[in-house]
Amino acid sequence: MKWHRIKALLVRHLYLYQRSVPRLMDVFFWPTMTLLLWGFVSEYLQQSNFSGSVNIVAVLMGAIIFWEILSEGQHSLSVAFLEDIWERNLLNIFVTPLKLSEFLASTALLGVIRVFLVSVVMAIIAIFAYSFNLFSLGFYIIPFAFNLIFFGWILGLIITAVILRFGTSAQVLAFGIMFLVQPFTAVFYPVSILPKYIQYISYALPSTYVFEALRAVVNTGHFLTSYFFISLGLNLIYLALSLWFFYAMFARIKKNGMITKMDS
Amino acid sequence: MKKDQMAIVEIKNLIKKFDKFIAVDDVSFEIGEGETVGLLGPNGAGKTTTIQMLLDLITPTSGSVKVFGKDISRHRTEILGQINFSSPYVALPGNLKVWENLSVFAGLYGVKNSKQKIDELANIFDIKELLPKMTSNLSTGQMTRLNLAKAMLNDPKLLVLDEPTSSLDPDIADRYRKLLKKIQKEKMLTILYTSHNMLEIEEICDRVIFLNKGKITDNGTPEEIIKKYGRKDLNDVFLAIARET
Repeated sequence: MKWHRIKALLVRHLYLYQRSVPRLMDVFFWPTMTLLLWGFVSEYLQQSNFSGSVNIVAVLMGAIIFWEILSEGQHSLSVAFLEDIWERNLLNIFVTPLKLSEFLASTALLGVIRVFLVSVVMAIIAIFAYSFNLFSLGFYIIPFAFNLIFFGWILGLIITAVILRFGTSAQVLAFGIMFLVQPFTAVFYPVSILPKYIQYISYALPSTYVFEALRAVVNTGHFLTSYFFISLGLNLIYLALSLWFFYAMFARIKKNGMITKMDS
Repeated sequence: MKKDQMAIVEIKNLIKKFDKFIAVDDVSFEIGEGETVGLLGPNGAGKTTTIQMLLDLITPTSGSVKVFGKDISRHRTEILGQINFSSPYVALPGNLKVWENLSVFAGLYGVKNSKQKIDELANIFDIKELLPKMTSNLSTGQMTRLNLAKAMLNDPKLLVLDEPTSSLDPDIADRYRKLLKKIQKEKMLTILYTSHNMLEIEEICDRVIFLNKGKITDNGTPEEIIKKYGRKDLNDVFLAIARET
C-alpha cells in the first residue's frame, strides 16, 4: 500500500466537506439533534423517576453517542464509494494504480475522522446540556469505541460489496442498514429484554457486547473486559469474511464488465 | 509496427465472452513505441471491451494482455502508473474545483512536485484560469482540455483515448488534435485512439485496426486500408465494412 494514493483519495473527500452543507450537517447537525432528542427523553424519564435507581441519563447519552460512532463508521465507508458512482468517477479511479486495499484504507480513515468529529461534538454537547461527561465512565471506553468503528466499517464494506454486485438499486442499504441492526444490538435496552431466539442474533453482533459493557459500567462501575475481547474476536472474524466477500464481488464485476457500467 | 520498434502493447488471442455472447473473438495485435494506433469499428465491434481489458477493468475469458512486456493482471499497479486514459464519457467529479481534481489524480499517480506539474499542464492546455473554478461549471471544450491535462499528469508512456473529440465542435476538435500531435511528437507518446470520425483517424493515426463483431478485419496504415478496399477515404472503408455484415 502506498500512502500517497490513500492520502489522495482521502483528500478528495475532505475537499468536499469544506463546502458541502449536507455533508457538514451529517457530521455536526444530525448527531446533535439526535443527542438533544434523547437527552430530553432521558431527563424526562429521570425526573419522572421511571428509571428507579438507574442513571438513565448516563445510560441513554452513552448509548446514543456510541450508536452514532457505529453509524458513522458504516455510513462513511458506503457513502464514500457511492460518491464516486454518483460523480461517474469510478472508472477514472480504477484506471489509476490505486489498489483495492488502498481504496478501503482511505475510506476507513475517512470514517475515523468523521467518527472523531461526531464524538467530540456530541461529547461536548452532552457535558454542557446534560452535565454528562462520557469520559467520567473511564478511558476504557476508547477501545470499546474502536470496536464500534471497526464493526461499522465491516457493515460498510458488506454494503459496498452488495452495491458492487447489484448496482445502485442497492444503494438504499447504505442509508438503511443501521435500522436493521439497531433492534438486535441492544443499544438502549439490555439483551435480556429480547426474546430468547433474538438474543442469539444479538450476541452474534460485536456491537452488542459494547452496549452491554457500557450499561454495566454505568450501573456497576465495572468494565466487562471479556466483552471487549469477544467483540474484537467477532470483529476479526467478520472482517475476514467481509473482505473475502468484497474482493469476490469486485472480481465478479470485473469478469462481467460491470465496473464500467456502474457509473453510467 | 516496424520490425525494430519495441512493442509497448502486445495482445495475444484475446477472447471475452459475456455468457454466450462473444464480445472479443481471438484478437491479437501489437502497438510499437511512439505509434498512434486507431482502434475502429461500428458500435458493438468490441473496441471498448478490448480497451477495458487493456486497462484491467475487465478480466479476459482467455488470451493475454502485455503492456511494457509485462502481464497486466500480474503487474497492474506498475503498468497503470505509466498509462493514462481519457474519455468524454467518464467524468471528473463535478463537485471538485479543477485544481482539486488535478491534485487528487496527481496524488493517485504519485506525481512529485505536483503543484509545479499542474501549473505546467495548465499552461500547455490553456486551463490556468479554470483552476479555481468548479469542474461542473466547465464547458465541454474546457472539460476535454482538463481531461487531457489529467491524462498527462503522470507523463504516461501509453495514452488511451476513447472518442476524445466526440462532443467537440470542429474548431475545438481541430485544436485538440493539433495539441495532441504536438505532445505526441515531443514526448514520443504511444497512443491508442478510438473515434468514429474517420478524417480525424486519417489525420493522426499511423496505423488503424478495424474490429467487427469482435474480430480484427484489417490492420494497416490508413493508406494501405483505403487502397485494399479501393475507396476514396477511411470513411468509405468504414461504411463498407459496417454494411458488409
